[in-house]
Amino acid sequence: MRVLRRIGGRLLASLPALLGVVVFTFLLMRVLPGDPAVFFSSGPNAGQAEIDAVRKDLGLDRPIPEQLLRYLYDVGTGNLGRSLTTGQTVVHDLGERLPASLELTLCALVLALGLALPLGILAAVRPGSAIDHAVRMVCTLGVCVPTFVSGLLLVYVFYVQFGIAPDPTGRLDIFAASPPDITGFLLIDFALVGDWEGWQAAAAQLVLPALTMALFVLAPLARMTRASMLSVLGSDFIRTARSIGLSRWRVVAVYGLRNAILPVLTIIGIVFSTMLGANVLVEKVFSWPGIGSYALDALLASDYAPVQGFVLLMAAVFVMVNLLIDVLYGIADPRVSVA
Amino acid sequence: MRERLLLLRYVLAENPVNLVALLLLVLLLGCAAVGPALVPFDPIATETAVALQPPSALHWFGTDQLGRDVFSRVVVAARLDLAIAFAAVLLSMAVGAVIGASMGYFRGPLDTIGSRTTDVLMAFPLFVLAMGMVAALGNSVSSVVYATAVINLPFYIRLSRAEVSVRRSLGYIEAARVGGSGHARILRVFLLPNILPALVVQASVNLGWAVLNTAGLSFIGLGVRAPAPEWGIMVAEGAQFIVSGRWWIATFPGLALMLAVFCFNLLGDGLRDVVDPRTRT
Repeated sequence: MRVLRRIGGRLLASLPALLGVVVFTFLLMRVLPGDPAVFFSSGPNAGQAEIDAVRKDLGLDRPIPEQLLRYLYDVGTGNLGRSLTTGQTVVHDLGERLPASLELTLCALVLALGLALPLGILAAVRPGSAIDHAVRMVCTLGVCVPTFVSGLLLVYVFYVQFGIAPDPTGRLDIFAASPPDITGFLLIDFALVGDWEGWQAAAAQLVLPALTMALFVLAPLARMTRASMLSVLGSDFIRTARSIGLSRWRVVAVYGLRNAILPVLTIIGIVFSTMLGANVLVEKVFSWPGIGSYALDALLASDYAPVQGFVLLMAAVFVMVNLLIDVLYGIADPRVSVA
Repeated sequence: MRERLLLLRYVLAENPVNLVALLLLVLLLGCAAVGPALVPFDPIATETAVALQPPSALHWFGTDQLGRDVFSRVVVAARLDLAIAFAAVLLSMAVGAVIGASMGYFRGPLDTIGSRTTDVLMAFPLFVLAMGMVAALGNSVSSVVYATAVINLPFYIRLSRAEVSVRRSLGYIEAARVGGSGHARILRVFLLPNILPALVVQASVNLGWAVLNTAGLSFIGLGVRAPAPEWGIMVAEGAQFIVSGRWWIATFPGLALMLAVFCFNLLGDGLRDVVDPRTRT
C-alpha cells in the first residue's frame, strides 16, 4: 500500500515536468524554419489557395496560444497528430518503432551493467593493482570515443575484417523471415514462437549496436561501482563480517554489493538518459529502424508532429525509468521506503 | 604568481598524466592556430585522380572519395571544432555563472523555480535537446554554438548556485555588506572571482563534451555543412566506405575527436588538483 502511494506521488510530481516538456517542444517546433504548409502542398509551384488550404487543414492559421491549447488537448486525449511524411498517425509510427529502440537500449544497459559491475568490484577489491589500473584505462578511453566512431570501428573489425558479425543494416537480415508481431521485441517474439534460428539472427544483429552503446556508458557505471564499493568495504560491518569468518565471496557479493549498489542505481537514471540521446547516433550508424532515426528524418523534413511526439515519448520513458529506479531503490534498501 | 607557478610545476612533476594533457592541449591549439598554414594540401581542393587512396608517404592519412588529403583536413578541422567548443563553453559559463550566482545569492521563489527547471533540464536527454534546437534555430554554425551552450548551462547554474549559497553568509561577505557594498558589487567583486576556479574545472570537462556534441550534430547532418573540414562530417563521409574496407577516411578524424576529448578530460582532472588540492586522488 505504501509502495503504491509512493508510486502515485512520484507520478503526480512528474506531471509538471512533463507539462513543461510539452510546452517547450511546442514552442521549439513553432519557431522551426520552413513552412510545412508550403512543403506539403503538392509541389513548388502550388498556388496560394492550395497552400492556404493545407495551412488551414493543419491549424497553422490560428494564433499561437490557441494552437498550444489545442495541442495540449490533443496530447491529453492521446492524439499526437499525423506524420506528413509517412501519412500515418504519430502514435502508430512511434508504437511501431519504439520496441526496436527499447530492445537496443535495454540490451545495451544490461550489457553495460554486466561488464561494469564485475570490473568495478574487481577494481575495488584490489585497489592499486594492475586490474584497477586497467579498469581505469578502459573507462577513461570509453568516455572519449564518440559512439558513432566506436560503432564504425566495431563494424570494420568484426564485419569487414573478421566477417563474424552480420551486415550492419537493421534489426534482421533482409532475407530472413520476421517473427509474428506479438510484442515487437524481436528476441522475445522469436523465443515465443520457438524459432531459435531466427532468435540467433536477431541477436547477432543486436550485438554490435548494443556493445557500442554499452562501451559509451561503461565508464560512469564502473567508476561509481568502484568508488561506492571501496567505501562500503572499508566500513565496520564488513570488518565484522570478515572477522566472524564469512567467506570472502559472501562478504563482497552479499554484504558489500547490496550496500554499494544504491549509488549505482541512482546514476543508472542519468546513464539511461544519455543512452536515449546516443540512440539517435547509434541508430544512424547501424540503420536501426528505431524512434531516433524516425525523429531525425522528420526533423530534416520539417515535419513537426513526429518530433514533438518523439521528445514527449522520451520524456515519458524517462519518467517511467526514474520511477522504476525509485522502486528498486526501496527494494535494495528498505530503510529508504520507511523514511 | 610565483607560488602558482611552483604549484604548477609540482602538479606536473607529481602526476605525469597532467604533463601529457598539457602537451596534447598545446598540440591541439597548435593545429588550430597554425595548422591551415602548415598542411601539405589544400583541405577542400578535390582531385578525383587520387580518390580513395590508402595512407602512404605522400598522403599520411590517405585520401577521401574526392581525392582530398585526409591528414590536411583532420589538422585544419581542429580550428572549427575547437572554436565552436570554446565559444559555446565560454558563453555557457558566463551566462550560467550569473544566473546561478544570483539564484544562490537572492534565494526566494525564483531560486526554487530555477532549481527545479535545471533539474528537469539536466535529466533530459541533452543530445535530443540540442538536435531540436539546431533544427529550430536554423542549420548553421552559430546555432550549434547556442545549442551546445544551452545544454551545458544547467551544470554551471547548479555549480555556481551551490558555491554562492555556501559563501553568501561568510564573514567577508557580511563585512562587505556592512561596508556599504550593494548586491551587484558583492556578486561581481567578492563572489564571482571566488567561484571562478570551480567553474574553470567544470569548463574543462565540458569542453570535451562540447566537442563530442558538435561532432555528433554534424555527423547526423545538423550544423556545420560539407565541404567544410570538420571531424564529425568527415566521420559521416567515411562511414559509407567502412563496409568496403576503406577505414582511413572515418578512423583518423575519429581518433582526432577522441584525442581532443581525452585531452580535455585529463586537463579537467589536472586543474582540479591545482585548484582544489583537497580532492587530489
